[in-house]
Amino acid sequence: MKRKITALACAVTLSICLITGCTGGSTASESAHETLTVFNYSEYLDPEMLELFTEETGIEIKYEEATTPEEIYTKYISGGIDYDLICTSDYMVKRLIDEGEAQPVDFSSMEYSSNIGQKFWDISKSVDPDNAYALPYFWGTLGLLYDTTKVKGDIDSWDVLFNGEYAQDIIMQDSMRDAFMIALKYLGYSINTTNENEIREAADLLMKQKKDVQAYLVDEVRDEIVAGNASIGVIYSGEAYLGNQYNSDLAYVIPKEGSELWIDEWVVTKKCKNMDAAEKFLDFLCREDVATANFEYIYYSTPNEAVVAAMDEELKENPAVVPTDESIANCEVCTQNDPATIELYNELWKELKAQ
Amino acid sequence: MNRSRTRLLAIPYIIWIAGFTVIPLIFIIAKAMTDQGGAFTVGNLFAIFSPIHRKALIMSLSLAAVSTVICILIAYPAAIILRESHIKKKSIILFILILPMWMNFILRILAMQMLISNNGIINHILEVLSLPQIKIINTPQAIVLGMVYDYLPYMLLPVLNSILSIPQDVIEAAQDLGSDRLHVITHIILPLSLGGVGSGITMVFVPSMTEFVIANILGGGKILLLGNIIEQEFTVSMNWNLGSGLSVSLMAFVLITTLIFGRGNEERAGGFSL
Repeated sequence: MKRKITALACAVTLSICLITGCTGGSTASESAHETLTVFNYSEYLDPEMLELFTEETGIEIKYEEATTPEEIYTKYISGGIDYDLICTSDYMVKRLIDEGEAQPVDFSSMEYSSNIGQKFWDISKSVDPDNAYALPYFWGTLGLLYDTTKVKGDIDSWDVLFNGEYAQDIIMQDSMRDAFMIALKYLGYSINTTNENEIREAADLLMKQKKDVQAYLVDEVRDEIVAGNASIGVIYSGEAYLGNQYNSDLAYVIPKEGSELWIDEWVVTKKCKNMDAAEKFLDFLCREDVATANFEYIYYSTPNEAVVAAMDEELKENPAVVPTDESIANCEVCTQNDPATIELYNELWKELKAQ
Repeated sequence: MNRSRTRLLAIPYIIWIAGFTVIPLIFIIAKAMTDQGGAFTVGNLFAIFSPIHRKALIMSLSLAAVSTVICILIAYPAAIILRESHIKKKSIILFILILPMWMNFILRILAMQMLISNNGIINHILEVLSLPQIKIINTPQAIVLGMVYDYLPYMLLPVLNSILSIPQDVIEAAQDLGSDRLHVITHIILPLSLGGVGSGITMVFVPSMTEFVIANILGGGKILLLGNIIEQEFTVSMNWNLGSGLSVSLMAFVLITTLIFGRGNEERAGGFSL
């Protein structure tokens, strides 16, 4: 669920292109080399780890990046490049599995796969019921980032977004499912409901709320809260952690009504012909030093318990980095809806935005 | 021989047009005329008139129209002043006017966002001067401001060009025959520069109509333009058929505008050259 596009990402992409471009050129002559084509969100893996993997195994990585699950799916399906490994988000993982695009992987035979906590294999079951295809990579929650100097007391409920108390001082996510998820949870419904009345009730709530919303944003939520343009913003946990680095008065909370829990996972596509190399890569990602390097590159919550165990106490207690079990007790993973519900969502979302 | 050589010269252009205009256009129209199952339909083309889309269309049309009018109101007097000024190096003035276009337009819009946001630079200055603060960010006005900021050079250049190319003799003749300054402007400069205004309108109105990035950044995602809906259909809803249908309908609107202003433009330009 990596959504941030920054100049850094461009620089990293460019440097990776250069690196892979160079190695690609030099190894073309000695074609005995194994290669893996890896597709990931941008800025979502420490590029040094790719070099380390090639150094250790001799397997060359062709690395490709995109920014949204839809972009990843479209590029994969269009078939221009045969990707061996894809990292994408929960509902898109489900779609790939459902459409028969993923290959089963024998995770139990991997040396380091046990570093991934059982909790996350269980969470992963909401998109991959038998844990046969997907390897958890990063996870997180959607919650509220707020400026403790500007709000009264501690915030623990989505109510602050709807009671009018902070009119024109709140920022919502400019993302259909995320916005509806908040209203559905606030009303006490499941975020994956297909009940039309419940979805319409949530839409009514959002329409009433619109006059109080300062803006609907995605990448800029953090910057706006840090800059003090708004007091409360709906934000992904990883972004909240970064916001906290800029301004220590900011706090992150997962509201008590529950929220969305997202998980990004790796799948091996059916186009992959070298399962052995793919498994080596996945195992490599689970290894503590590699997972730590990737964690310190992004600061999203890691499902790797070896990494969590080795963290500083301060980091471990930050709800944006390691959410407590009770705070995520009411959280759900967002799954792909049926076409009729998607259609309903699209219509209601347009109606809300055009209001 | 000569003719075939001319034809050869056209080949890069033909390849370009075929590859990047004609073929994509065929794909878009094919998508627009089918539903998600692939069956023929015209529903996507008329979807622009459904209540929500109509709302966005009206918003797009009115913001584009307001932006265009403001651009004319700024560009036209500026062009007249420039013509009458005695600055020798008009090219330097022109250079300064075009300079903003060299900067990436997203960057300029982001800068505008910094300026006008609630805790932005302008409000800080107003606060220091103890003047009332402006609350313009995330409103349609902010989008208009962004569009005018971005597209003003596209209005200025053709208008300035047409006004500067009016021969001094014509104006002097009018003055000899007793026209005062105002009369010269309304009866000589205005009619002779309408061609430039026409192309300026096309060059500002068309991109403003299809705009969605400025609306996202300066509108705070609260104002939905047709461009935003098309973007949503392609990226979020994954309904490429509806997105294509709306794009084709929007192209029809753009075409109508271009025909209205473009045709008059040619006639006037023709009249002028005679």
